[in-house]
Amino acid sequence: MYQKDGEKYFVVDGHMHYWNAAPDNWVPGAEQYAKGWIECFHAYQGLGPPATHWPIEHFQKYSEDDLMKDVFENGYVDVAIFQPTYLKEWYKEGFNTTERNALMGEKHPGKFVYNTRFDPRDGEAGLQELRRNVERFGSRGLKLYTAEWNKGSRGYKLSDPEAYTFLGAAQDLGIKNIHVHKGPTIWPLDKDAFDVADVDHAATDFPNLNFIIEHVGLPRIEDFCFMATQEPNVYAGLAVVIGGLMHARPKFFAKVMGELLFWVGEDKMLFGSDYAIWEPKWQVEGFVDWEMPDDSELSDYPRLGTEGKKKIMGLNAAKLYDIDVPAEFGVPGTPGAHEVLGEASPQTA
Amino acid sequence: MSAPATAGSRGATAARGARGGSTPSAGAADASPGVPELLAALEAVRDPELDEPITSLGFVTSCHVSAAGDAQIRLRLPTYFCAPNFAFLMVADAYDAATAVPGVRDAEIVLEDHFAADAINGGVAAQAGFAATFDGEAVGELDGLRADFLRKAVLAGTDQVCRPLLAAGTDPARLLQLTLGEVPDSPPLRRLRERRAELGLAAGDDAPLLIDPKTGRPVDPGSLPLHLRTAKLTRTSLEANGSICRGMLRHRYDTPGQGEEEQP
Repeated sequence: MYQKDGEKYFVVDGHMHYWNAAPDNWVPGAEQYAKGWIECFHAYQGLGPPATHWPIEHFQKYSEDDLMKDVFENGYVDVAIFQPTYLKEWYKEGFNTTERNALMGEKHPGKFVYNTRFDPRDGEAGLQELRRNVERFGSRGLKLYTAEWNKGSRGYKLSDPEAYTFLGAAQDLGIKNIHVHKGPTIWPLDKDAFDVADVDHAATDFPNLNFIIEHVGLPRIEDFCFMATQEPNVYAGLAVVIGGLMHARPKFFAKVMGELLFWVGEDKMLFGSDYAIWEPKWQVEGFVDWEMPDDSELSDYPRLGTEGKKKIMGLNAAKLYDIDVPAEFGVPGTPGAHEVLGEASPQTA
Repeated sequence: MSAPATAGSRGATAARGARGGSTPSAGAADASPGVPELLAALEAVRDPELDEPITSLGFVTSCHVSAAGDAQIRLRLPTYFCAPNFAFLMVADAYDAATAVPGVRDAEIVLEDHFAADAINGGVAAQAGFAATFDGEAVGELDGLRADFLRKAVLAGTDQVCRPLLAAGTDPARLLQLTLGEVPDSPPLRRLRERRAELGLAAGDDAPLLIDPKTGRPVDPGSLPLHLRTAKLTRTSLEANGSICRGMLRHRYDTPGQGEEEQP
């Protein structure tokens, strides 16, 4: 919970991790990829305030205590959503698997939501693993990383027939939310790996699933925004937008926020710290303080008020994940808040 | 005193080490004959995704040319995992730009610190093309990808040209009637014309200012508000990406690139 100027914010961190990227977890022969991946993440941390930078050794492998302190004790987060990333070709036990997240999280009841994942190239074994994970960890959401390397393949598209098989199976298992993370490789390599057209197809064909596009499709914000205007079940995950721009490039942060508020709207934007890339504390504090600057270049963007910030900080995600939000945190008068709070809607009252 | 700072030489094709003896400083090439011309040529090589020169982005680690006219250029990118297709285009374009400089006999382009560096460096050196370089992982060359991003550059450039006009009080509907020749000359206007010409779209004085970059047709009045909003969005996206790339590069390398320009 975060409180500022008499306003209380229920904070759902919609995108965070508990990884081990230290050399003890590197796959022999793939060390350069394991090292390159975590160094790339570490460079992203460099876009946050200098006082929040970690040495690479700590960044590679942080403890459960670090996480609990950074995210909950100091970071104001009420509920955190684990987003697994496997990368088992590079990391022996995976980068951060559903199991690793849940083994840690089960010691702290009520604090975490365990999302799982699938890889459509894993066939029947992958479907069975998906079923097992959903049953064991109660997952309601998936994190899909389309650039993952798998037995010589450099990635997949959500519109692939195999992906549709898995999306259908996930839906049957009760999965509601699909977090999509695009990366730099895909098959074939001559196409744009960051293109979100495949998500557009999947969102149309699976109208009962919600698709949260992580880091708002960066580096294809324009394609993402366009899609989000056409697909009612597409949402913006703000990981990287707040962490990567708010401190380092405030001018571009304002512009990107302006575009998102215009095209996507405050009801469909979700905060995510991307911990441990960035700690939530400075992001929550900075975002609640943030105002669209008074600049003629920004004058035709919508403004973001306290209610919008409450939604983005937690209420929107709480709605997607059926997380109970105490009444004191609600936003009066918005349908979303009524649903979140379990109250009768104005129409039925 | 020492050779130019580079971040190591893991590129398999880096056969020759940089010779010492010169003292390059930030943004300045050494005094070997032909280097200024080489750097000028590299200014025409752009990151297709960001539509900015690789020089001003800081991607050129070092640039040398021997007395006999053999050029050696080392390139670097913001991350180890930058998309291999765009990386290939930059290395291939750098090769083409360098070998086109009068007096350059041959050029070796070495991309450093990238997961696909060996494949890209070897593929460009062999003039193999993208599909052959990534045999089995790619089905075609990169012309379609390049054209897609040129269209984005046209949209972003449209905002750069139109924004000052609108700020000066031009009625948005008037933009539909303007030709390129009627817009006051400026660097953004010249850039927009160049990008349109590259795509084979009308870029002369009598061509309309506002066109659909896919079809080349003039924008119709009903589409004007969406067209301008899309242009603005595309420019925001490209510039935000560029700012993140610069930040990542700075974290990765503490030495400026040849011809690097800080972003305001």
